[in-house]
Amino acid sequence: MNGEGNSGPVFADPITADIMLSVNGDEHSVAVDTRETLLDTLREHLDLIGAKKGCDHGQCGACTVLVDGRRVKSCLTLTVTVDDREITTVEGLAADGALHPMQAAFVERDAFQCGYCTPGQLCSAVAVVREVADGWPSAVTPDVSGPVSLDDDEIRERMSGNLCRCGAYVNIVAAIRQVGA
Amino acid sequence: MRPFAYERAADARSAVAARAAGAADGAGAVYLGGGTNLVDLMRLGVVSPGVLVDVTRLPSDGVEETAGGGLLIGAAMRNSDLAAHPLVRRRYPMLTQAVVAGASGQIRNMATVGGNLLQRTRCSYFQDVTKPCNKRAPGSGCPARNGDHRNLAVIGQSEACVATHPSDMAVPLAALGAVVHIEGPGGARQVPMPGLHRLPGDTPERDTVLEPGDLITAVELPPLPFAARSRYRKVRDRASFAFAVVSVAAALDVEDGMVKDCRIALGGVAHIPWRAERAESALRGSPATEAAFAQAAAEELAQATPLPHNAFKVPLARNVVVRTLLDLVEAS
Repeated sequence: MNGEGNSGPVFADPITADIMLSVNGDEHSVAVDTRETLLDTLREHLDLIGAKKGCDHGQCGACTVLVDGRRVKSCLTLTVTVDDREITTVEGLAADGALHPMQAAFVERDAFQCGYCTPGQLCSAVAVVREVADGWPSAVTPDVSGPVSLDDDEIRERMSGNLCRCGAYVNIVAAIRQVGA
Repeated sequence: MRPFAYERAADARSAVAARAAGAADGAGAVYLGGGTNLVDLMRLGVVSPGVLVDVTRLPSDGVEETAGGGLLIGAAMRNSDLAAHPLVRRRYPMLTQAVVAGASGQIRNMATVGGNLLQRTRCSYFQDVTKPCNKRAPGSGCPARNGDHRNLAVIGQSEACVATHPSDMAVPLAALGAVVHIEGPGGARQVPMPGLHRLPGDTPERDTVLEPGDLITAVELPPLPFAARSRYRKVRDRASFAFAVVSVAAALDVEDGMVKDCRIALGGVAHIPWRAERAESALRGSPATEAAFAQAAAEELAQATPLPHNAFKVPLARNVVVRTLLDLVEAS
């Protein structure tokens, strides 16, 4: 875009890749800039705006989605790296019009106020229940070589990658306990 | 962010070749692990490679038993898989404890073992391209020395750099003397921890002894039966999801009230995961008592040269060493 006599910075041309992306069971053909994060692809290309951009540095958890069933920060995931993975966003948690049990528990327990962090909280919470079922230890597990159970301390520790500025934590813990304990 | 080419490597050899080809074009080619640090640093403008070689799909992504009772951990293994592995939990509990003490569940699912070792310091000046930093821009100066250094190094630092290495996982690996397997343009070689990382000296831009193009392919844990009784203790400014102010990884072999052998390393205090060799030497053959532990920790920390705002780390590290060793005695 530099005109004659314009000495502004010159940027190299973007490098793009044509990939297939599997999201919530649907296949999408997308042309992505290699620099693009999964969060931006979901929101800007696929109109899946459940995952939120909070900090864009991997610190707040609002962008949490599941990749092959595992929770990740979509703001630190380059889209080109997940072209052969199965991605699940908050939009994909409900099945056949029925809320996922975790979503129902969040409603029942009033586990949100403004709702901005909620999609990330939900994806993270669904994965936490699975991680505990798989016996993964955490930083508060007394004996890491032994079995694991989901008490409130474990929930708080395991959900520490999801911030809630409204402070709905007490009810978030209750909702996850209802589903996972 | 500068545009970059993306390549996915199927094995270590092709990764090294792809990286070399990118470097030959003058593009600044780097390996991409989980991206939890690199992608952020690219976004901040701290690094701007022209080629990313994705090494997360290398076949070395699991745990194998080695002859004699050790373990070989693939560099592409995710941190959460490492922490959850039954043999790691049973034989080296301090390693599992350290990994789950780091970052958050989401980040541990992404981060690889190799990438964890090669993450950069979280010194705020390093991450802020508007500030001088000898590590990021050699020769530009170090504002941390007279600025915000509360979380930075107290031991082994230099006039040029007072950064700390942020990894929790690296601390027990240093204590264990884990051997880092490397594939590079010059072939394969091995480097024992804590020798992978280097003190800053007057070249703080180099975090490790790796040469350009070197790729970590595996980390080998030597057999150490008494590490089945080991512990990682981390002190941080909040209960979770924070880097260590001070941390300790320790394994203790006690017989008839005497320390037969021990391994101790400190995190959050130096440019490297700090193996406490002086404390270990002092403890071998001494009684397993609080007084002996305190004396050994004091001998180690006599080398400390703290700055005004992080002097508290020295007594804190001493106390955490003593508490961790006492916990191990009481658990036996």
